[in-house]
Amino acid sequence: MSEPTRSAPILAAEDVHVEFEARRGGGRARAVDGVNLDIAPGEIVALVGESGCGKTTLARTLLGLEKPTSGRVLHRGTPLAYTSKALKAFRRDVQLVLQDPSGSLNPRHTVYDAVAEGLRIHGDVPNERERVADALSRAGLRPPERFFLRFPHELSGGQRQRVVIAGALVLDPNVIVADEPVASLDASVRGEILALMLRLRDELGLAALVVTHDLGLAWNIADRVAVMYLGRIVETGPVEKILTAPEHPYTQALLSVLPDAPGSPVVLQGEPPDPTRIPSGCRFHLRCPVLASGAAAAAGVDGACRGADLGVLAGGTATQVACHYALAVTDPAAAARP
Amino acid sequence: MALLEVEDLTVTYRTAGGDVPAVRGVSFALEASQKLGLAGESGCGKSTMALALLRLLPGTARFTGEIRFNGEDILTMPWGRLRAVRWAGASIVFQGAMHSLNAVQRIGAQIAEPIRLHSKATDAEVRRKTGELLEQVGLPARRADAYPHELSGGQRQRVMIAMALACDPQLIVADEPTTALDVMIQAQILTLIESLVAEQGISLLMISHDLSVLADTCDRLAVMYAGRIVEEGPAAAVFGAARHPYGEALAAAFPRIGDPASRRRPQGLAGDPPDPADLPSGCAFHPRCAVRLEHCDAVDPSLWPAGAGERRGARVRVLPDEGLSLVAKESA
Repeated sequence: MSEPTRSAPILAAEDVHVEFEARRGGGRARAVDGVNLDIAPGEIVALVGESGCGKTTLARTLLGLEKPTSGRVLHRGTPLAYTSKALKAFRRDVQLVLQDPSGSLNPRHTVYDAVAEGLRIHGDVPNERERVADALSRAGLRPPERFFLRFPHELSGGQRQRVVIAGALVLDPNVIVADEPVASLDASVRGEILALMLRLRDELGLAALVVTHDLGLAWNIADRVAVMYLGRIVETGPVEKILTAPEHPYTQALLSVLPDAPGSPVVLQGEPPDPTRIPSGCRFHLRCPVLASGAAAAAGVDGACRGADLGVLAGGTATQVACHYALAVTDPAAAARP
Repeated sequence: MALLEVEDLTVTYRTAGGDVPAVRGVSFALEASQKLGLAGESGCGKSTMALALLRLLPGTARFTGEIRFNGEDILTMPWGRLRAVRWAGASIVFQGAMHSLNAVQRIGAQIAEPIRLHSKATDAEVRRKTGELLEQVGLPARRADAYPHELSGGQRQRVMIAMALACDPQLIVADEPTTALDVMIQAQILTLIESLVAEQGISLLMISHDLSVLADTCDRLAVMYAGRIVEEGPAAAVFGAARHPYGEALAAAFPRIGDPASRRRPQGLAGDPPDPADLPSGCAFHPRCAVRLEHCDAVDPSLWPAGAGERRGARVRVLPDEGLSLVAKESA
């Protein structure tokens, strides 16, 4: 199965806002500032953006680890209840895979204990050994019995990441949320772990939200991509469309600086702005090369870029872009309307 | 004479568990104002190489071979001379600027330190030079009063580059200068490094696990595996059409966006990089090699010519006519 069939989302964010109290009274940080995002069964969605854009906060909110300030998270159409009983049931179905397996595995637990922990928490004790073995072999550690009594320090980085994945698989979830699953791995091992995630989707129908700054990863495994900038998704759609013909100047810039990208790189200057002070108008306008070059003014949208908020993109699978200029260029009639 | 010539360098760490060969006979040359990229994965010996170049290895390391910088052997030169070469001849930009900067000293003072040690400049001259260096790396001169924690990751890496430039070196060794930085910040730092070395005619040895970044920045590429260079040549040729199966796999690990061949087809290598303390027999790559032949577990191939542009490759058959016969000869 290469294109998953569309059905009701298994996990969704609905106009989610997450705010934090900034340190030293610096105002409130709007880490996630209005996001709609749907993940369908068997679908792999890549959430890409730079550090500080809110992608990890959004992922934590979708896992129920963070409670949205407003908006809601839906699991199979039902709003998430933040009681410990409801969250426990939710987490059987939606599992987290962390980056840096050296940090997320307890160095004093054997591989067996690390993988069986989830079963024990959920009280699934019968045929524990069989289920641990099954999860390990699905994660590509074969024969599984050989790994039962090993400790994390006796494994390579790739094997440790497979143990973390096996720990997520042991409860038979339908969705995994993976935060930078290959960022700490060697290049030659990276492809093997990504291939494993694709295989799990094909064989078990496992959906995944992969949080990453790596656009190559999205090209390698994702069906859809959502590009996040300063708390909002600014462009989303099928991988083939967004990564080969992006319309948002931010996505275009991200792609242009990849080492073997065609054309000359558009290197944005400065650091991503601060979520405690989100600019008015388009949140990207202070760094936007299209506005700086005068192209936005030529299209008559520069005022909107500086002053008009773009609103929150809808969920679903449609290709969408939150950019006054891109909207004006593709649909001049819409831009001309007051 | 090349600016830097490394000849048959070996570095072995002595540990309680026995000797660990980290670099096993590496030779290469770097011409003035040339940019060489050294690629490889964790444990391949590339960072040990970087440290060896300025004799910064810990006391547990034993080395043989020669590292000639402007014709002088770094490994045998007296301490006084070595101190002059460090910073003023060649300097290093380390990975992880957070750990390489002193957390309790203002960055201006840290940049000034090598200048004071290597010149007789007055305080006012040192201050002016420090300000100039900060401006050169794209930071306002007044940031000299900042502490490292007040800067972002990208700004700290700029400070590291300012320090490396402080004594006008002929060579900069950059060890993973952009690892752990965001794509846009990585692009800013790479553009900065490229423009500085081009303007000032500095030679660059850049070390990274990311072959695509190296291919984009450097003139030549060398690929290391298990303490050896297994392939070397012009950057575009090595990245685009590697001769060694490991170089090929490493290049394929970084997909080109838009290339249908890598869409939904992540490329990896089965197995893991070998443990330097327990290397496979013969060619160290043979357990992971997709094209291995009968003798690969017995014969350790050395680098030999592999095409135009002074290419070299370490595999049994890099040119159509040679190769197999040579394997037979060596194993006989």
